[in-house]
Amino acid sequence: MHRVLGDRRAIAILLGPALLVYSLIMLVPMVWSLGYSFTKGNTIDGFTGNGLANFSRLFSDPAVHDALWFTLKYAVAVTVGQVVAGYLLALLYVFFLKRASALVRTLVFFPVVLPTVAVGLLFQRFFQVAPQTGPVNSLLNAVGLDSIDFFGGAGHAFWVLIIMDIWRSMGFYAVLLFAGLVDIPDEVLESARLDGASGLRLIRHIVLPLSLPVLMSSLIFSVNGTLKVFDSIVALTNGGPGNGTTPLTLYMFQTSFTYGDYGYGSTIALLLTVVCLLVTLVVFRVSRRDLTES
Amino acid sequence: MNTVSSAARRARLTGLTASAAAVALLATACGGTGGGSASAPKNFSYLSVTENTTVRAALTTLSKGACADQNKALPLKVETVAQANNDQKLQLLAGQGALPVQFTMGSPALTQQLAKAGKVADLEAKLKSLGVYDQLEPAAVSTIKALYGGKLEVLPYEYNIEGVFYNKKIFQENGLKVPGTWNELVASAARLDAKGIQPFSASGQQGWPLTRLIGNYLYRDIGPDALQKVADGKAKLTDPEYVKAAQEVADLGKKGYFGKGVGSIDYDTSMNQFLTGKAAMLYMGSWALANIADPEQDKIGAANVGFMPFPAVSGGKGSIDQYPSNVGIGITLGAGSFDGKTGDWVSCIAKNYGSTALKDQGTISGFKVNTPVQDANKVTSQVRTTITSAKQNVLWFEALFTTKAQTVSTTNAASLVSGNMSATQFMQTVQDALASQ
Repeated sequence: MHRVLGDRRAIAILLGPALLVYSLIMLVPMVWSLGYSFTKGNTIDGFTGNGLANFSRLFSDPAVHDALWFTLKYAVAVTVGQVVAGYLLALLYVFFLKRASALVRTLVFFPVVLPTVAVGLLFQRFFQVAPQTGPVNSLLNAVGLDSIDFFGGAGHAFWVLIIMDIWRSMGFYAVLLFAGLVDIPDEVLESARLDGASGLRLIRHIVLPLSLPVLMSSLIFSVNGTLKVFDSIVALTNGGPGNGTTPLTLYMFQTSFTYGDYGYGSTIALLLTVVCLLVTLVVFRVSRRDLTES
Repeated sequence: MNTVSSAARRARLTGLTASAAAVALLATACGGTGGGSASAPKNFSYLSVTENTTVRAALTTLSKGACADQNKALPLKVETVAQANNDQKLQLLAGQGALPVQFTMGSPALTQQLAKAGKVADLEAKLKSLGVYDQLEPAAVSTIKALYGGKLEVLPYEYNIEGVFYNKKIFQENGLKVPGTWNELVASAARLDAKGIQPFSASGQQGWPLTRLIGNYLYRDIGPDALQKVADGKAKLTDPEYVKAAQEVADLGKKGYFGKGVGSIDYDTSMNQFLTGKAAMLYMGSWALANIADPEQDKIGAANVGFMPFPAVSGGKGSIDQYPSNVGIGITLGAGSFDGKTGDWVSCIAKNYGSTALKDQGTISGFKVNTPVQDANKVTSQVRTTITSAKQNVLWFEALFTTKAQTVSTTNAASLVSGNMSATQFMQTVQDALASQ
């Protein structure tokens, strides 16, 4: 075995096919896309070199600034919401519902398997003001308040998006964190209780530090997923009103495929990749330090 | 022995490298810009937008009737795509040289781009050589040429004029006359609103029914060249007289004349609001005649629907008899697949489409009506007479815009009338989009 693995040609033959396939389906498109960033044009007119013009345009384009700001704002709000809600649900499953949690877990998980478009339509109906008054506005009317046009302004539409995406995904994070919580040895919890720790003190000093690794994994999952959000926004607001709820992904899609500006679209995609990479590195650093501390 | 084995390994590695290079080259070739090549089509393939049911229904009727022989030689095959995704699909198909025989175009800008790349048939030359150019209504041809840089780049499957459809009964009950000026229109709306009647129905989700009002105000106020000046760079949408048009429309929204949550109202709902008597007026094109003629949809009755031109703006350079017109969503034919059998189909369409669409769908096209058809109702007759007598046509707000500016304009229209965006901000945003491409 050692002789085979020590032979460079054997390594090349064993790794070659996988490397080739990986290169063709992952590396080539990535490099290709990067190459498009230095071009102008589309599939109809063809592509011509454009130097660094797309990059300078990226810095001066107010739509990119708006989309980047929206993406970050959305990622923070949804990440905090879905991980906190997921963690609270996981605590509920483990410490209160215990063995009876199966039904609640299934019900809370249910929106995860629903198609995004169906969830988008559901929330549109839920928050609509016209042609029919939706349940939320009916409730507002019932307590004497005026109806709100939730999709008429970017502010309200943003919060509907946040609520929808937290509702849609908290079941997934609840199950993920539940798996981390049930891993905490019973003896540790029992000794903490004997030492007088209970309720919030038990959670703060015992449960939270011991479930930190899975909490960090959830954060990385969540941040990366929310930075690349696309489908739920398209289904609920399609980026509107105006570009009020347009994230980088949607702006990139519109630029490339609707406006036929593939070069600039690739540059926006590159910006998104860099943002994802930076955020992941920050979360990794924080997680490594915290793990050492715990 | 060792030497032979090394040589064999070298040969195998060389083979592997060559295969990898070949696969890579193949992949590279697949991703090219693609020019497309001329080839005889097997079907009369037609890529339609899902939302437009009229043309494909009429073509299907023709394929079973007047054009049965042409259909036997080259069977009609219809595919659909959502209108919102149409431009994207066409760009990808064009890049791969896989455009269908006939396809629905989205924005005029993309049509011209495809035409410049030689992917759209020269329809004027083709129709002339087929001897059916005279089957097109001259007014429709002039509208197409105004829109597509002086060329006939699409077929006039529709020929629409636009204006305000109004509910005669509501007008009568409230003592209103047909408004001749913008101020009279606003005054009528105020009177209706005061009586608890929603003056206008419009789709903010689509956006264009609102921006059409801005465009028409500009044509009436500045004159029929108002938006050509913007396209030519001689004027900007941020100029005060242009912002004024957006302000006038924004004011209608501010006063609540479009009803609640206009941004959530889609096209069908806005049509439904008018046809069920929940709103007094609807700015729309003559394609709405098909809905008006359908008793299932039209609960107020076709006899109760009137049509008025977009009113004049006092002191403006435009005139009330300059009708906003269009040819619906442009439908064109690919250059590479236009052969003899396709030509036969096009000849048959040119001779028969006008009567079939009017008889079966109640819609007016830019093809001559060779078999007389009785109008479905009075308002259809009124619109047909107006089309025939119209002296000058004008386009619509986004007609000469780039795809990006068109999208920005329609997606921000609801914000303008709901007060989330000022008139200046709206025009600045659209002007920026125009300048950025």
